[in-house]
Amino acid sequence: MKQFLEGSWAVAEAVKLCKPGVISAYPITPQTHIVEHLAKFVADGRINAESINVESEHSAASVVLGSQAAGVRSFTATSSQGLFLMAEVVFNIAGMRLPIMMVCANRAISAPINIWNDQQDSISLRDAGWIQLYAENNQEAIDLIIAGYKIGEMPKVMLPIMVCVDGFILTHGMETVDMPDAVAVDKFLPAYNPPFKLDVDNPMSFGLLGDPSVYTENRYSLHKTLEELLEIIPQVGSEYKSAFGRDSVRLVEKYRVHDAETVIVALGSVCGTIKDVIDDEREKGNKVGLLKIVTYRPFPKAAIYNALKNVPNISILDKNISLGSEGAVYTEVKALFNDSTKKISGFVAGLGGRDISKGTVIEMLRLTKEEVNNCKFMDLDTSLLWEEFRVS
Amino acid sequence: MSVDREHILDNFFVSGHTACSGCGQSMAARIVMNVAGKNTMVTNATGCLEVFSTKAPETSWGVPWVHSLFENAAAVGSGVEAALKHLGKLDSIRVISQGGDGGTADIGLQALSGMIERGHDVLYVCYDNEAYMNTGIQRSGLTPFDAKTTTSPIGKKSTGNPKQKKPLVEICAAHHIPYAASASVGYPQDVEKKVKKALSIRGSKFLMIHVPCPLGWGSDPALTIEIARLAVQSGLYPIVEYENGQLSNRMKLAAVKPVKDYLVTQNRFKHLLKNEEELAKVQKIADNNISYYGLK
Amino acid sequence: MFSVLVSSAKSSKQNKTGSWRSLTMPKYLQTNCIACNLCKLICPEGCIEGKEKNKYDSNLQYCKGCGLCAYICPKKDIEMVNENK
Repeated sequence: MKQFLEGSWAVAEAVKLCKPGVISAYPITPQTHIVEHLAKFVADGRINAESINVESEHSAASVVLGSQAAGVRSFTATSSQGLFLMAEVVFNIAGMRLPIMMVCANRAISAPINIWNDQQDSISLRDAGWIQLYAENNQEAIDLIIAGYKIGEMPKVMLPIMVCVDGFILTHGMETVDMPDAVAVDKFLPAYNPPFKLDVDNPMSFGLLGDPSVYTENRYSLHKTLEELLEIIPQVGSEYKSAFGRDSVRLVEKYRVHDAETVIVALGSVCGTIKDVIDDEREKGNKVGLLKIVTYRPFPKAAIYNALKNVPNISILDKNISLGSEGAVYTEVKALFNDSTKKISGFVAGLGGRDISKGTVIEMLRLTKEEVNNCKFMDLDTSLLWEEFRVS
Repeated sequence: MSVDREHILDNFFVSGHTACSGCGQSMAARIVMNVAGKNTMVTNATGCLEVFSTKAPETSWGVPWVHSLFENAAAVGSGVEAALKHLGKLDSIRVISQGGDGGTADIGLQALSGMIERGHDVLYVCYDNEAYMNTGIQRSGLTPFDAKTTTSPIGKKSTGNPKQKKPLVEICAAHHIPYAASASVGYPQDVEKKVKKALSIRGSKFLMIHVPCPLGWGSDPALTIEIARLAVQSGLYPIVEYENGQLSNRMKLAAVKPVKDYLVTQNRFKHLLKNEEELAKVQKIADNNISYYGLK
Repeated sequence: MFSVLVSSAKSSKQNKTGSWRSLTMPKYLQTNCIACNLCKLICPEGCIEGKEKNKYDSNLQYCKGCGLCAYICPKKDIEMVNENK
């Protein structure tokens, strides 16, 4: 059913459709509305769930770890500082194979403290073993949440899922979304039935000490499962399309890439802006395209390679920076190509909520064709850069 | 209140674990599990207990058990409890969250406070061996005054740990939970009674059990129970019960032993035996406890 | 794909810690025992078996020789004797 909703509300409604039994989160801007909406749903009896108001994000993640281990579908949400505070729990959850759903309302990381959007938070936890899906808009957020639960909970997968939505841009943006029907969601997403759980009739121990003789195989099994997901995610994507009519669940989206001379690679909401620029440029006869990465973990090497192998100029937009190196996505995409005829450039933009305008995108396209940049910060205000320390 | 001993025919914490010989914590954990019985789910902090009982692929636990991290046993327990509540099983299954003094009083204090503030129906058991034993005997917030540890060593400028124990039972009691108590493996039947009592109460419960660590304390494994008794009998380890924030019970001492009788049994206090000034300070702590709690 | 993740209850019983003993081991005199079960209650290894008077014994496959059973027995019916290996 079509509704005009704030993104956070759309996320909350999608979570409600998935019927979690335990919800626990700690408020942090810009995730707060998601948690508040869910709390209201619980208070009104619209979700049958325990809503646990914990005292920190570390405990939020730990609570859902416990409830998921006890066999109950669970949900949490956070952003930047909160994600980092719960970072060890995040790794722990993946290692324990608990398919918890987390929505990360992407926000810049302190210091300086900044509540606005970039993707440093979730990108920084890409090593954790979670499935990471990035939404371009609130419709995709809804679809990725519903499909995400299904993917993570598959008995041969049993991995946690992080659906990333750009903070403020998506969470606080109002969009028309098509909210799936509850009966259809129930049909698509059956009740959680894990192959292992805390059970007094079948007592087992979880979270063992894994010494050098077993630790490697554990990590390998996680890695292998993530690789297997490169086939599983598109399969579930097809099922999702059959059930709900949308393509949202996929590894990448190729937008006007097939004959492009320059392609921008990006994640999340900025893809909306980029698509507008692509369309404008195409009108002028410029052969440009966008490769949107939806599934960032597992990293869809083959899908990205195949999309870009015949594209001479590739421009990767990172809303993050591995300080002292380059943008994370740039490093990973560039490594796929060993072709010196290609110009592959990395751009950092949008940090701390700085707007990425159509002008910025156009400038990126221009620069990409001219020269190779490994780590070019777009829209840098040099008046704020000083050789020596000074008090502002 | 007499305790039906039938429960110890069934063992829910079995042999084969690699605790040191005479480990007070393994003794206490076994008692707790056997009183709790089959219909229990346990969340455990990182520490000696978790490490010596679950080296993959083995486990000594006979009930569903989960270990996550060092500081979140109470939070994971809150989640298990919430799940059971959602499933309508909280009436028939008990949740126990447990950890050592490190994972409870220090790094785990936030999660514990959060859990009991929210009133989860969980029993939290703290096995107090008075230092971070698993990592090599470093001081914790529950290390007693003047105890030698690797991070509160004795030397020309130090007589050991400069601070007294954090009043953890009082901290929990101050949350006005239905039950917060201390116990000791020096009195194992009292441990049994208290675990049974706690598990019969709905709401948040806290039980701190004094458990000598032969390795960390430098004591004879065969004297673990004796040493624990001496700690109580000297007044250094008051055995008390708080119900809904009020001190409701204390284990009175028929005869009070001088603190020296307790200190002499352990290497970690050896340096005090010839130090009259420090001995007097330790004695004062014991005397204060006796008067404050009305132990005589 | 999975690996060692979860272990089944009580699987530590395959680890025979009795090999740790080197000095003393418990000898159950089985003379004055009143079946109070205190030894069973406190054994850190949980390796004492028995239900009837004078029928208790320590499972030497697991006993680490700590001596706490001998300490706690109210009838002094358990003695720690030299390990005879």
